[in-house]
Amino acid sequence: MVAKQESERLMPAAEQDISDELELKAKKYLRGDGANLEVLRDKKLKGQLTVREKLYGQSAKAAAKAEKWLLPSEEGYLEAEGLEKTWHIKQESIIREVDVISSRKPFDMILPELGPYTLEYTLSGRYMLVGGRKGHLAMMDMISMDLIKEFQVRETVRDVVFLQNEQFFAVAQKKYPYIYNRHGTEIHCLKEHGPPLKLQFLNKHFLLVSVNKFGHLHYQDVSTGEMIANYRTGLGRTAVMKANPFNAVIGLGHSGGKVTMWKPTSSKPLVTMLCHRGPVTAIAFHGGGHLMATAGMDCKIKLWDIRKFEVLHTYSRHAQTLDFSQKGLLAMANGSKLQIWRDSYGNQDYGPYMSHAMVKGYQVGKIAFRPYEDVLGIGHSMGISSILIPGSGEPNFDTWVANPYETTKQRREKEVHALLDKLQPETIMLDPSKIGTVKPPRRKEKPTKKETESEMEAAIEAAKSITFKKKTKGRSKPSKRTRKKQDEVFKAKRPFLEQQMEERHAKKQRTTEAELPKSLQRFARQRA
Amino acid sequence: MKVKVISRSTDEFTRERSQDLQKVFHNYDPNLRTQEKAVEYTRALNAAKLDKIFARPFIGAMDGHIDAVSCMAKNPNHLKGIFSASMDGDIRLWDIATRKTVRQFPGHQGAVRGLTASTDGDVLISCGTDCTVRLWKVPVLKMMDFSDSMEDVSKPLAVYVWKHAFWAVDHQWDGNLFATAGAQVDIWDHDRSEPVNTFEWGKDTVISVRFNPGEPDVLATSASDRSITLYDLRMSSPARKLIMKTKTNAISWNPMEPMNFTAANEDCNCYSYDARKLDEAKVVHRDHVSAVMDIDYSPTGREFVTGSYDRTVRIFKYNGGHSREIYHTKRMQRVFCVKYTCDGSYVISGSDDTNLRLWKAQASEQLGVLLPREQKKHEYLDAVKERYKHLPEVKRIVRHRHLPKPIYKAAALRRTMMEAERKKDERRRAHSAPGSMPVQPFRKRRIIKEVE
Repeated sequence: MVAKQESERLMPAAEQDISDELELKAKKYLRGDGANLEVLRDKKLKGQLTVREKLYGQSAKAAAKAEKWLLPSEEGYLEAEGLEKTWHIKQESIIREVDVISSRKPFDMILPELGPYTLEYTLSGRYMLVGGRKGHLAMMDMISMDLIKEFQVRETVRDVVFLQNEQFFAVAQKKYPYIYNRHGTEIHCLKEHGPPLKLQFLNKHFLLVSVNKFGHLHYQDVSTGEMIANYRTGLGRTAVMKANPFNAVIGLGHSGGKVTMWKPTSSKPLVTMLCHRGPVTAIAFHGGGHLMATAGMDCKIKLWDIRKFEVLHTYSRHAQTLDFSQKGLLAMANGSKLQIWRDSYGNQDYGPYMSHAMVKGYQVGKIAFRPYEDVLGIGHSMGISSILIPGSGEPNFDTWVANPYETTKQRREKEVHALLDKLQPETIMLDPSKIGTVKPPRRKEKPTKKETESEMEAAIEAAKSITFKKKTKGRSKPSKRTRKKQDEVFKAKRPFLEQQMEERHAKKQRTTEAELPKSLQRFARQRA
Repeated sequence: MKVKVISRSTDEFTRERSQDLQKVFHNYDPNLRTQEKAVEYTRALNAAKLDKIFARPFIGAMDGHIDAVSCMAKNPNHLKGIFSASMDGDIRLWDIATRKTVRQFPGHQGAVRGLTASTDGDVLISCGTDCTVRLWKVPVLKMMDFSDSMEDVSKPLAVYVWKHAFWAVDHQWDGNLFATAGAQVDIWDHDRSEPVNTFEWGKDTVISVRFNPGEPDVLATSASDRSITLYDLRMSSPARKLIMKTKTNAISWNPMEPMNFTAANEDCNCYSYDARKLDEAKVVHRDHVSAVMDIDYSPTGREFVTGSYDRTVRIFKYNGGHSREIYHTKRMQRVFCVKYTCDGSYVISGSDDTNLRLWKAQASEQLGVLLPREQKKHEYLDAVKERYKHLPEVKRIVRHRHLPKPIYKAAALRRTMMEAERKKDERRRAHSAPGSMPVQPFRKRRIIKEVE
């Protein structure tokens, strides 16, 4: 024991720092606290779990080491020197300082005739889809700066979204959403959705979500073509919709200032929050799953902690669109001015980082950070632009998650594996780590009245749907059939009615029971 | 100002020539992977379903005997061969790969009750109800022999006649002695025509005998007076005796933990004991619905296979209270002997219907040489199924086995009976003075006493 302590002291300070750093990093890979094994009385289980916890510790350490030494790229940064402030630095000065490849990334494409543009990147950040309001659609490869396909649909285009990869994309046109493939061929016309305003694609579930002019939410599985769900939000027309990447829940912002969160298996929203005093204009979710930013017409931008549903910070600004980057930078745009904010100290207190002003008169429609790059794409009324935001993208991609340098073979394999691992819509929930956990046992709590009623209803429904064998020779008279059905329904109802009677009886009994002598205690009626 | 932007050059991230391997980059950050548990759960569910699709454990039957197969022996030096003996005195050596008889050893006049191979694998020892012990020379199985597949007939090396019928035989794992079980336990040497030593405790027949794999001088026997006796050859008298409520049909020592052995009992259970502490069973393995006839451990020591009178073969984990797997066929009648092959991949069962059947130990295992990628994938799927096997959907699929109707009904009946007994016991305890009826764990319940 003593020798170990001495050897620790003798370790040079640099090594100590490195090991502290690695320990901190390893915490992230542990994904939460370990199990409390002290309370276990089952020795066999305790032994098995101790071994497993040790393995987790080892793998977290290995991952931390790999993060420290083996990652190929480093994060971008922008530091101001002297009295300079980072939000006064212009794009031109950044482009001058940066290397050749990066100086080609920011551009301005002026397309004045075909209306406000909206844009979307694939998950790997390689392909970009551009849609102009007047029906102009174009798909570009951003690494080689190639135009893959450009075509006109001659209809209003309100939103564009990529499906599982760059081979297919969905366009929210005037009357219905359409699905096209990379050659621009129309593959499907999704009539059931109605006139869509916004589209979102949930990658792991292969679900295309749309919100239409009447405020109806549609979930459609694009691998099987089945319409999973179709809900009336009841809160009117809304064009503010965003998917939370952490738990695949859809957030809608409504004109009354409410934000509702939806999942495909329930017709009522999971959460309804009153966020603003006027209509909600924009909503954005942080990748880590704990932050949500909402902007309203009451000139406020609020940062919410979604786990506790509390406001963290409020800022007085206008914003037409909001977006979070992979590294947690928040971009907000209003008119022709753009601001990028970040939390410098990791405490969710956002402050200005960079700003960009476009030509006066350009109205920003949509902003989107490009994944795995330090680039922000802007779709505005006169075309599209992109600007450099150092420190916004994740520098190291994982080949098995999203690979910007994918070959055809890799893309095909990935698609097949994604289909094999396709998640069912039932797995969407507010806290995705609940899967596999065990519900704590109910301590002899009586089920609530609602639950018993719903159980009774379910039993009656089941009884009503029983089909009886058709009998011949005059034995299946209608009167007999109805009698049989009624008997089944009564049989289903009986246990619930009996329980109710029992409860009533028990209540009466309890009030009229005197104290029994000790020798007769064992014959006292047991309280269940 | 200091500025740096992410800039990747395509050359660093793609391969130079088409002969090179594709470059793979890892970032283990959990923030890049959302909904991990849902993905793992989906994979576990799919893996469980695929497992059931690929579960084809029956490989083939070895046909040749004309009477029920009574016992089998494996030769530790040759993985491909297995010896089997039947109730009419016919002993055969089978080649498992081709499922054909390679050699026959005729000679026994009555049923052959025990078969065993010597430590070096050269001599086969058989004993039977005709009061003889015969030693045979085992042919060296060369590759060329199989193309001939001529059934050769061997003459015995030696025939030793003795005073009583024999019930079982077993050879030392590391030595030159073998033990036979009959009216008493006799220790023989290969060259002597009379037993070198005799052990006896009580007047009942000894029905099975097994040497310890770790200690070459320790052996365990079971007798028809419901006892299990441990002997040490170095001492002149038996070491320890354990009397249970029902007879033990077979014993097998765990080759990886030689202090533990498992006894296959008439009351449909198998009991694992630590030989040093016989007053309590370590584990009770329950699942059969009729007497367990034979038991054999896998060479890994992690699993064992049992064959029972209820026409099924079950595979248990060494510390599992319930079986992992059950094998049954309409054509397989009462299973009298089972063996786990020496490489741990197959299970052989010999039954009443004169056939030996070859089964896979892991029902959905892919046989043959696997690529490292395939191997990794199988390991991953096993691990992910293990993690989520408690969830209802996955559990329903993993647990599901089709049982023949008589076994299903018998199991349900047993359950009802045991439940009724338990409830009665509970009520008796509830109505008697607290502490007057102590709860006896099931591990101890079937043991009557231990005797020195």
